[in-house]
Amino acid sequence: MQITGAELFVKALLAEQVDTLFAYPGGQAIDLFNALYGVEGINVILPRHEQGLVHAADGYARSTGKVGVCLVTSGPGATNLVTGIATANYDSVPLVCFTGQVPTHLIGNDAFQEVDIIGITRSICKYAITVRKREDLAATIKKAFFIASSGKPGVVVVDLPKDIQQALGSDYYPEQIEVRGYKPNTNVHVGQIKKSLDCLKNAKRPIFLLGGGVNIAHANQEMTLLAEKTGIPVITTIMGKGAIPTSHPLYIGNLGIHGSYAANTAISECDVLFSIGVRFNDRITGKVSEFARNATIIHVDIDPASISRNIVVDVPIVADAKNAIIALLEKTQQYDFENWRKQINCWKSEHPISTLQDTKSRITPLNIIQEINCVFEKAVITTDVGQNQLWATQFLELTNQKQMLTSGGLGTMGYGFPAALGAKLGNPDKDVITICGDGGIQMNIQEMATAIVYELPVIICILNNGYLGNVRQWQEMFFDKRYSSTCLRYRKSCSTTCNTPSACCPEYTPDFIRLAESYDAKAIRVQRYEEIKTALEEAKNTPKIPTVIEFIIEPEENVLPIVPPGNPLGNMIMGGDDND
Amino acid sequence: MTKKRCISLFVENEIGVLARISGLFSGKSYNLDSLTVGTTEDETISRMTISLTSDDQTFEQIKKQLNRSVEVIKVIDFTDTAIHTKELMFIKINSCSEQDMAKLTYMREIFNAKMIDYDTSAILLESVQTEEKNNDLIRLLEASFPNRIEIVRGGNVAIEAISISKP
Repeated sequence: MQITGAELFVKALLAEQVDTLFAYPGGQAIDLFNALYGVEGINVILPRHEQGLVHAADGYARSTGKVGVCLVTSGPGATNLVTGIATANYDSVPLVCFTGQVPTHLIGNDAFQEVDIIGITRSICKYAITVRKREDLAATIKKAFFIASSGKPGVVVVDLPKDIQQALGSDYYPEQIEVRGYKPNTNVHVGQIKKSLDCLKNAKRPIFLLGGGVNIAHANQEMTLLAEKTGIPVITTIMGKGAIPTSHPLYIGNLGIHGSYAANTAISECDVLFSIGVRFNDRITGKVSEFARNATIIHVDIDPASISRNIVVDVPIVADAKNAIIALLEKTQQYDFENWRKQINCWKSEHPISTLQDTKSRITPLNIIQEINCVFEKAVITTDVGQNQLWATQFLELTNQKQMLTSGGLGTMGYGFPAALGAKLGNPDKDVITICGDGGIQMNIQEMATAIVYELPVIICILNNGYLGNVRQWQEMFFDKRYSSTCLRYRKSCSTTCNTPSACCPEYTPDFIRLAESYDAKAIRVQRYEEIKTALEEAKNTPKIPTVIEFIIEPEENVLPIVPPGNPLGNMIMGGDDND
Repeated sequence: MTKKRCISLFVENEIGVLARISGLFSGKSYNLDSLTVGTTEDETISRMTISLTSDDQTFEQIKKQLNRSVEVIKVIDFTDTAIHTKELMFIKINSCSEQDMAKLTYMREIFNAKMIDYDTSAILLESVQTEEKNNDLIRLLEASFPNRIEIVRGGNVAIEAISISKP
């Protein structure tokens, strides 16, 4: 049967079991939207901005394990996706982004709303292609879903010119596809697995370092078993948090420039570093030449290009994390690392991560996140980027029922709230909470309308300190307290060199309570410790509408410990009452 | 060790593949000496020859990054293998006197360069040599005819040797 390209597009989405489509219409996508009209089985979500749209698809994909699918028009519709594409691709999130395009005969003419979106996104996605012939459409869409979801997942951009959408052609959609240049690794090299286990035989102080790869491979249960069987303590990166439950006795904490004392010290002292699904990004290594310098390093990763890029590895294993962990579980034995664990537990109890608690009613990020830990059992928690994210990664407790979504690689402000909407759409039975700052929430605040119209009762926790806090902290610690462009209370009447927040500072804009109420959302402002729990419980019990909880926190609260730039992980500036 | 390397790359013959590969080099700050591309006996496949100078670790990373590109079908490292390699180069020498023309006859004989066009004051040479030998010829011509030469180079093309161990 002959059908249009647009009709084939819908058929392909149904065949790929796409139940939720994040879509914003426009002139060069109008045929696709026409074909979607009234189609059953696809929930078409209209966010209020394409950047919110792509982050929502990202949150949906991370929280469900399915491919997130976006559809936007050409030109500005497509360029508004760029930040979200880079965000998702950096954190290996499977997305397929369809962009409308001007008809093929107009490409290159500087037509209205024409941009070379493939050229723009080529370096920030896994694969990008313009469909130039109607007969290639089905195979290209199939290929897009296959490439996005296999191997190291990532973003695929498919550009659909208007004449391709309109042209009649075959209704055939393939069930499988071969891509000759793309063969994701599915095996585990048994020899390398044995070699890695040999390293443990004489080890005295081994560590498992787990990254996002373990979570992406859904290898959490197997990993917990492996840690338990070997008795090796576990450290995670920000993306790896939750790889084993954070309450597990073998779990130490996060490492990196805001890692815990015990984790950073253990990395510096370990003799075997067994790393799985990490990239050894500069935020976790500190000064590279000092990183785990006494350790034999084993590195499991599905991407050969991640191995021996930043850190030279002794035993490389190219494999999917889950396959490798299963192979390790089969071949490993039990070891005795009791003394090492005792040592780490001493470090942990001597130097816990904390925040300053000088008065009882003071609201600290620690209090807020601890209450979130208590109030919610089955939850997806998204974070924005900045101090809110770092506190969340320090204090959140994750279990098999609690997942954290965060923009770890690109560090995209404005990610948390729309990602929470996508997570709620994919997980209607779970509580979805976003922890964000007063800066980041304003980057995609227009999605309040999306939350209202689709009845998504997400809980938006705004930690309001009136500053772009993370940069302000760096300015305080490393730039002589020169608060350049970081105060969000700043008004034209203020001195441009002010660096002392006081009671006389101008009113905060916007008033988040009135803003939320204007959308008919629930809004609570929390100013005292005692009010935190009640507010969270009230939000939890509010159906159908989102709740904004604005927590007024100390303007100059810092994230500690911190490893100053260029320093090895051992050189931490400690926080709270801990001044060692 | 920093040294001259050569890669032969089989890629999909699609729009945008050249941009993907050259963009990978610029985006990741990899140095690239020359890149040539053309279709093969199978017209859905193009073959690129890439010459570059890099240290061992960067070169490993370059090969891995090329390999993970969906459009790349095969990466072959030619650095330490027996290959035949040639580069086409045209050199125009302007404002030549009779004496210059005579001098050029010796030079092009030694370098096996063909004279393919001329008039009373200019000469056009064609040299099909290895990249290194073309460099030598350029050096000699620049010394002999300063500010009078014009060069266009095609970049290296290379293929595995059949029975010759060191072509």
